Amino acid sequence: MKKFKHSEITSEKIFNKRRSFIRSMGCGLGAIALSSVPLINAKANISNEPTSYKDITTYNNYYEFGTGKGDPHRRAKNFTTRPWSVKIEGEVEKSLELPIEEILAIKSEERILKLRCVEGWSMVIPWLGFSLSELLNKVQIKSTAKFVEFETVYNPEEMVGQRYPTLNWPYIEGLRIDEAMHPLTTVVTGLYGKPLPNQNGAPLRIFIPWKYGFKSAKSIVKIRLTKNMPNTAWKNASPREYGFYSNVNPEVDHPRWSQATERVIGESILAPRIKTLMFNGYGDEVAHLYSGMDLKKNY
Amino acid sequence: MKNYFKPAVFFLSLWPIYIIVYQLIYNKLGPEPVDRIINHFGEWTLIFVLLTLSMTPLKKITNSVEWIKFRRMLGLFAFFYASIHMLSYVGLDYRFDFEPLIDDVLKKKFIFIGFSAWLLLIPLAITSSDKMVRVLKKNWKKLHRLVYIISIFGVLHFIWLSKTIFFKPLIFLIILIILLLFRINFRKFNLS
Repeated sequence: MKKFKHSEITSEKIFNKRRSFIRSMGCGLGAIALSSVPLINAKANISNEPTSYKDITTYNNYYEFGTGKGDPHRRAKNFTTRPWSVKIEGEVEKSLELPIEEILAIKSEERILKLRCVEGWSMVIPWLGFSLSELLNKVQIKSTAKFVEFETVYNPEEMVGQRYPTLNWPYIEGLRIDEAMHPLTTVVTGLYGKPLPNQNGAPLRIFIPWKYGFKSAKSIVKIRLTKNMPNTAWKNASPREYGFYSNVNPEVDHPRWSQATERVIGESILAPRIKTLMFNGYGDEVAHLYSGMDLKKNY
Repeated sequence: MKNYFKPAVFFLSLWPIYIIVYQLIYNKLGPEPVDRIINHFGEWTLIFVLLTLSMTPLKKITNSVEWIKFRRMLGLFAFFYASIHMLSYVGLDYRFDFEPLIDDVLKKKFIFIGFSAWLLLIPLAITSSDKMVRVLKKNWKKLHRLVYIISIFGVLHFIWLSKTIFFKPLIFLIILIILLLFRINFRKFNLS
């Protein structure tokens, strides 16, 4: 019997698509034939193959350094990340200011997590980091604390994007306290085994894999425990388009574009979009946080 | 010398094609190649729409009718790039999967208005020949005023698809407003 390499076997999903494939062939244009061929060769739907270091560090949304995807890589080179400290304050018994060295001394582990941008693309990133709860446990949180707010540094001297009113600076993001305490909510200290590059949010950022990328604030200087829901940057800019929760949800479209599918960064020009998964594929871990909530209303 | 102008403008107008072919061959389209191609041709469509709209103001400013010779070619290039833009969205991004496409066109206002702009360009492209100018007579000018609506739709399409108006969409909007203001001012100027 002829042996097939794994890559030669058509996956079930694609096999099931054979009728729609034939139908699409019927449309006639030569271009269809060309662009449909990769459907046969397409990789399995979810790959955990990390995106290349180059793509992760040159394709960034970090409006503090400009609105272009290449801006952060070019403009963040000389960004000052030392000295740096992070204040934990608000609804805590005693606020705390931690020098960055002390935070980086906490043991980081590799966490390969998927990033889904609200714009409809995704990456798989081998972060270095630890659970935010480890950091928050360094203070005594009052029972009145219901939310956690993250504040990015305000440094228009070096962050040229902050000189323009693109968003209300400094950038504010936030989580409900149970979301913040979830083990998957990660304090990121590096990626690909290296210290965190400036364009990815050095020296310290958070990463919440089941939410759209903009929820994961970069270059954090303050973590504030609050009674009320934080007035987060994008919600503030356009409340109809960006909700406080902003969980990855293929069923709730952004008012201007669909969230049903996404493009995988680093794939070839002929690679098809893949289906977006509820909670970015982390539903087993986090869906219970939202039981009983209408996620269409609480987008 | 002047005989070379038109072919020169023609080959210069192919610039967006040279860039994409170069980037395709040398694998320089970046991490999101499909998006890059769609955006590239979308931006160049807008540039050519604005260039087409610049010819009349340039004629007035320089007191030379030479500019008008290029208007048709630039307009047709706008249609050409708009078509590539649309086809790369339909073919490369959505792989001719018409269900989500139709959903997009109807539900997403930026796609609706962009698609409308492309549809409106079709009659202008069809009636661009000298023969059609003669056949349509006065109606030709009326019909081709559609370009004002198309240009507004095009810039709105860009503004609505962007997360913020800063800075490219804003630049296109400002240039469009200037070019449209030229029309109003000059008519008043002619009347007085």
